[in-house]
Amino acid sequence: MLSSLARKISQSNFVITAEVAPPKGSGIDGLLKAAAFVAPHVDAVNVTDNQGATMRMSALAAAAVLVREGIEPVLQLTCRDRNRLALQSDLLGAAALGIRNVLALTGDAIGCGDHRQGKAVFDLDSVSLLRTIKAMNSGHDLNGTPLEAATAFYYGAAAAPEVEPFAVTLPKLAQKAEAGAGFFQTQAVFSPEKLAAFCEAVSPSGVTVIAGILVLRSAKMAEFINRNIPGLRVPETIVERLRSADDPAAEGISIAADMAARARSICGGIHIMSMGRDHVVPEIALAAS
Amino acid sequence: MIVSTQKPFEQILSALEGGERIFIIGCAKCASVCKAGGEEEVFRMQDALAAAGKEVTGTIVIDETCHMLRTARDLRSRKEQVDEADFLLVLSCGAGIQSVAEHSDKKVIAGTDSKFLGNIKRFGQFEQRCSLCGDCRLNDTAGICPVTVCAKGLVNGPCGGMEDGRCEVDAEQTCAWVAIYERLDRQGRLEALDKTTALRDFSHKRHPNNLRLDK
Ligand code: SF4
Ligand code: SF4
Repeated sequence: MLSSLARKISQSNFVITAEVAPPKGSGIDGLLKAAAFVAPHVDAVNVTDNQGATMRMSALAAAAVLVREGIEPVLQLTCRDRNRLALQSDLLGAAALGIRNVLALTGDAIGCGDHRQGKAVFDLDSVSLLRTIKAMNSGHDLNGTPLEAATAFYYGAAAAPEVEPFAVTLPKLAQKAEAGAGFFQTQAVFSPEKLAAFCEAVSPSGVTVIAGILVLRSAKMAEFINRNIPGLRVPETIVERLRSADDPAAEGISIAADMAARARSICGGIHIMSMGRDHVVPEIALAAS
Repeated sequence: MIVSTQKPFEQILSALEGGERIFIIGCAKCASVCKAGGEEEVFRMQDALAAAGKEVTGTIVIDETCHMLRTARDLRSRKEQVDEADFLLVLSCGAGIQSVAEHSDKKVIAGTDSKFLGNIKRFGQFEQRCSLCGDCRLNDTAGICPVTVCAKGLVNGPCGGMEDGRCEVDAEQTCAWVAIYERLDRQGRLEALDKTTALRDFSHKRHPNNLRLDK
């Protein structure tokens, strides 16, 4: 059965996703509260996978909890913490638990997290993980051995529309498309022009672009992100807007809402990155609808 | 060459606890070049140990301590000094340390940490360019090793952390995939990046590894 995200995208509907982080602990009350709050405003909720290489509850378990609550998750799966056996086992388990969307990621470097002495696996990378999912959807494992039952994931990959030099990322994006990625959930975009150029560059692949919308609270938060979070880059013009605003939090929401509204006419959806501040999700979602 | 660094002296001293008479072994090859265990370092270690109240029964700098037969032969030539010692302190790479351990039942103390297979950039500067994956891909990657030079060992292009051509892990470093792309571009063969890349094959990396050349 198609996930509702897949169905909407296949009908060319504009989709909205948000994300929740599994808890750093065994309790799920906070997770449930956050997911239940954002779910009515979005089509699916991404569940991050030890994001920033910081150890948390398994994304698979947290995503399964969401399924149980009737919320559709996008399971983020990184190659940093598991080898090809573990990734495939988790995918089979995810399918059995009713998880239908997967976002295949490389994963942040282990040195930026809270277990720096650990071994980073990277047995597969994002492209080979996508190929693995493709293989499993067609009924066999990575080595070609038939599965008793195939998986039916709707899966996607990450992309970085504003990264420089952009051309270097294109061959990999093509390989992701080739491996069957249905959507690109992008890193934060701040420039509608760059987003449009990105969509044009990847349009031959037919992959749906879901633009990352980062909601900032203050110039300080933007600076922290620029210093500490790989792949997220807030341009100086935006930092300056926040710095000079009377109410930076409101300004941050308005920047994100503007971008979300612009994205509607450029790409296939938005992915709201609220950085744990779920209350901003409804407003951004509204701006894009 | 194998790049190694000397362990901090306090660590060496604490490993030597319980032994008063020490025989020191250095290596004239790699450990010498990276100044972990050449003539000079062995000499200095001898002084430092003496100052710390140890008796140094003798020293030797072996030409390639990793060469097991040569190490055995050289140590035999200093049998008396070796026999007199409580411990053998070795300032070579981990391979050399084990050549010594294979030869003698005495307690062998590792005085170095072996780091990587290194290129010598200039005097005193070493860089890891190959991590001995056993399955060389350089023909497909413009002679730049993604397995090693990319901090994540990615073989399919840059990760999402690349920024302004720099690596997520170390902003001082050019992203390996930017370097590969630029070099392929200069060679007019960017289409090499369209090829489906083979998965990493870690079976080549199983250890302990060995090689026997047929006669
Ligand atoms: S691919 Fe890299 S690590 Fe492997 S053998 Fe070649 S240079 Fe060494
Ligand atoms: S930025 Fe480039 S070199 Fe660094 S980990 Fe990512 S792909 Fe590898």
